[in-house]
Amino acid sequence: MSESVGGTGETFVTNRPQQPQNPAVPDGWEIIIGLEVHAELATHTKLFSGSLNEFGGEPNTNIDPVTLGLPGALPVLNRQAVELAIRTGLALNCTVQRSVFARKNYFYPDMPKGYQISQYDLPINVDGWLEIPAGQDGAATRIGIERAHLEEDTGKSSHMGGASGRIHDAAYSLIDFNRAGVPLLEIVGRPDLRTADEAKAYVSELRDILVAVGASDGKMEEGSMRVDCNVSVRRIGEGLGTRCEIKNVNTLRGLGRAIDYEARRQIDLINSGEEVQQETRHWNDDTGRTSTLRSKEEATDYRYFPEPDLVVVDPGPEWIESVRAALPMLPRERRARLVERTEVSARGAAIVVERGLDNLVVAAIEAGGDPNRTITHAEHNLAGDDAGRLTPEGLAALTRLEVEGAVTATQAKTLLAAMVERGPSADPVAIAAELGFEAMKSDELDAIVDRLIAEFPDDWAKFCGGENKVMGFFVGQVMKATQGKADGKAVTAALNARKP
Amino acid sequence: MPERITRDDVEAVARLARLRLTDAELDLSAKELDAILGHADDIASLDLAGVEPTSHPYPLGNVFRDDVATPSLDRDEVLAAAPAAEDGMFRVPPVIGEEP
Amino acid sequence: MNAVSALELGRQIRDGERSAVEATDAVLARIGERDAGLGALREATVEHARTTAAEIDRRVAAGEAMGPLAGVPVALKDNICTRGLPTTCGSRILEGWRPPYDATVVTRLAAAGMVTVGKTNMDEFAMGSSTENSAYEATVNPLDSSRVPGGSSGGSAAAVAAGLVPLALGSDTGGSIRQPAAFCGVVGVKPTYGRVSRFGLVAYASSLDQIGPFATNVADAAALLEAIAGHDAMDSTSIPEAFPDITARLGDGVDGLRVGLPREFLGDGIAEDVRRRVHAAADALAAAGAVVDETSVPAAAHALSAYYIIAPAEASSNLSRFDGVRFGVRKDAPTTPEMYDLTRSAGFGHEVKNRIMLGTYALSAGYYDAYYGTAQKVRTLVIADFDAAYERFDVLLAPTAPTTAFPRNTLVHDPVKLYQQDICTIPTNLAGHPAMSVPFGTGDDGLPVGVQVLAPALGEVDMFRVAAVLEEVAP
Repeated sequence: MSESVGGTGETFVTNRPQQPQNPAVPDGWEIIIGLEVHAELATHTKLFSGSLNEFGGEPNTNIDPVTLGLPGALPVLNRQAVELAIRTGLALNCTVQRSVFARKNYFYPDMPKGYQISQYDLPINVDGWLEIPAGQDGAATRIGIERAHLEEDTGKSSHMGGASGRIHDAAYSLIDFNRAGVPLLEIVGRPDLRTADEAKAYVSELRDILVAVGASDGKMEEGSMRVDCNVSVRRIGEGLGTRCEIKNVNTLRGLGRAIDYEARRQIDLINSGEEVQQETRHWNDDTGRTSTLRSKEEATDYRYFPEPDLVVVDPGPEWIESVRAALPMLPRERRARLVERTEVSARGAAIVVERGLDNLVVAAIEAGGDPNRTITHAEHNLAGDDAGRLTPEGLAALTRLEVEGAVTATQAKTLLAAMVERGPSADPVAIAAELGFEAMKSDELDAIVDRLIAEFPDDWAKFCGGENKVMGFFVGQVMKATQGKADGKAVTAALNARKP
Repeated sequence: MPERITRDDVEAVARLARLRLTDAELDLSAKELDAILGHADDIASLDLAGVEPTSHPYPLGNVFRDDVATPSLDRDEVLAAAPAAEDGMFRVPPVIGEEP
Repeated sequence: MNAVSALELGRQIRDGERSAVEATDAVLARIGERDAGLGALREATVEHARTTAAEIDRRVAAGEAMGPLAGVPVALKDNICTRGLPTTCGSRILEGWRPPYDATVVTRLAAAGMVTVGKTNMDEFAMGSSTENSAYEATVNPLDSSRVPGGSSGGSAAAVAAGLVPLALGSDTGGSIRQPAAFCGVVGVKPTYGRVSRFGLVAYASSLDQIGPFATNVADAAALLEAIAGHDAMDSTSIPEAFPDITARLGDGVDGLRVGLPREFLGDGIAEDVRRRVHAAADALAAAGAVVDETSVPAAAHALSAYYIIAPAEASSNLSRFDGVRFGVRKDAPTTPEMYDLTRSAGFGHEVKNRIMLGTYALSAGYYDAYYGTAQKVRTLVIADFDAAYERFDVLLAPTAPTTAFPRNTLVHDPVKLYQQDICTIPTNLAGHPAMSVPFGTGDDGLPVGVQVLAPALGEVDMFRVAAVLEEVAP
């Protein structure tokens, strides 16, 4: 429902950190981005009938009178689709409200009834927000969600014959209605995004939420998550510019490229004294350009009116609260949990959650692991796939060896790699012994440090005179003398302690 | 009530409704629709402030079906009743524009 | 005419006095002999009827317990989907279409052991009040061939009135069962909206459409309604409450029942002879013990205007599916948009196109509030005014139509006058209330007058009690 996006000209960003200049646009300009995401809901059957929610296989095998829009057919709403819509709405911090389905009337051969059943002025979810995790600049940002409503998908047209197989020069088209009637949740974001990276982070976060609550498989490349993108530009501090809606963005990378291209195009237009026309544009991933699909004047009059074949949906507090109580932990909460339990940065927490390592981290801490060493391994030394190769107890034991000074940080990294390679039964203590890693007693280190100071008096004098780079020389010498068994931090501490 | 329907209005709604009318049909329909809308003028003068619209005569809510599969229609039977079909799909002439 | 009622015929079949096949063959023979000049049926479903009847006979012979209407032939308005049997809605655009599924009412008739013998003629997509708007042929009034049978369910009314079939189903969006019942001198019932499933009824105006029975007498109509009514999970607007046993209450009489005569239904637009019959009916009810008094449903005066916005608006959307893509007729063209234009222009008749355009206009940007929005608010007022009247009365009594059956080829080209035919029936459709037409004497022209009994939502029992008394005392 693109007509409702950005209409108020208001921006809803909260706690937005000071934005650095977006390198994609000239100094003094900013991009205003609002996304509409269609997510296919993971139900067993269609939104309004009992045909299977499966497509992509043999065409027209999941069809019934409702799916085909045969005369006399009537829709009956799938309870599970409503449940998944509520789950997603709550996960997006929306208000779940009494909702009404409407008919959106237009003719298109893959839209069987000549109207799409969608929610219009009373959507099931309104006024929420999503937190995009901290990026390089280090702070998380809340992006407003205007609404998230239920609607049915269309069938699929294949354009046959002609030179390119594309719609423009096709000889005829073939239609498969297996996808018609599949439940969609259209999530309309407010125009709070400012850069291509933010837009990508938003989609990525939204996908993680949809997957977390079991609402959708969130596969953008396979079309189960489709993104339409509204882009306008303005000189910072001025009012909103005219926006264009970009369709046919099928990958996250494509989304970023399309936004930056479109912003440049609009700025160039304005700089050359022309006006941006409000229109729908098509992104071509091969050429890296957008082109006009439909001007505002060509927009259809959809003649929305309340769907008389369906009744109101009013979930009520009992249903809503039971859904809320059963929600799994969401990405935002998982990040917050790490920040709360360790000294990790917001960015680090985002990386660990993104990799799906946060549950391992928390379990390892609960199994007695050192919080900061555990999260450090997750942030720097582990990949998402490694979670299944480790047990919380193993990881906890590893960090205990570090804390006790039994192994150095460098040795711990080697040990961790060995544990991942050997799998869940690997015992870090046994591997340490096997590799000859052993405790370097602190008096042993002291002796070596004292010996080296005596051996290199000139260098020591420089160090004491404030030449800090000489520190590296001494650390290297210690490592050489101990064959790498010394802990770098302990060496630094020992050296500093001897400074007059 | 806004100004009643003109011949141009009728032409515009015919386009929206995907009907192609001859000039004679347009003239006739414009006359008849104007008469019908004229007859409906009485409700324009009613005081309807604070009156809620009714879209369903019998108040029901929360009518659902369980997420349980029912058998598909037989594709061959359905396609046999279609004006044109090919490779298990419904065939139509070139579509021209994208989905609105 | 039928020698016996539908219920008597059912008894004879159950008791083995007559076979269902004999009854069916007799009906098919009558259709063959008499329908040519009448045009009541679109299609006799001969093979299907004989197969079904034979199966009923086998079950009777096997000693199975059968319902009251098992083996009884019934005709269906041609907008009710019948699997494998033609369903045209009186339109060229569905010529030759055989639905791949049965309407819920068809499934229920089958469960009751009834035998579908044919599909009846109708105004195209139920838009009309004379059955002259069928794309195939006009139906004539069996009582006077110079008159219309009423509409849009004129084929069903005529088939029952002519004795071709003992029972038929129609659909009523603005009076399409009751007005033809009145014109043809039979009983016709529009149940409470949601009592009978709309699944498989080709929609005209979804929030107004309701399927109901035609019969020669009140008891038969009650029995047929009982066979098809009740909750259906395939229709989201289906009423969950169980349908009451009306048949058991038919003999209850009207002693103490409060009957209202609403002024708005008896005004200037109503012919004097019709008005006299309604007052006579009221007097008869009073004589039978009812408490009769005048009342008022003020907003009913605006119902017609609201209806002719709401019904076309819903129709314009409902009829979008007739696009030549998945079923029905297509006119070939070089592109899909042109194919739509040609198919729909050739497939729909003038009145259907008019209502589609009217509805499209009423819903279009800039006009929605003035037309559709306003009409829906008037609908609220109509319901409120009925509710107020039903605080004082159990039922209301009114004419079914302003006149007796009018001559053919008179109103069909004057939409506004034709729409006036529905002035007494439309208010109940807007309110979703039940109402039925019962023959009560004749007008000055000797043609039947129908008296309409109106009741509040779910008030079918009281409505039928009154109808049964009127039938008994009718002149």
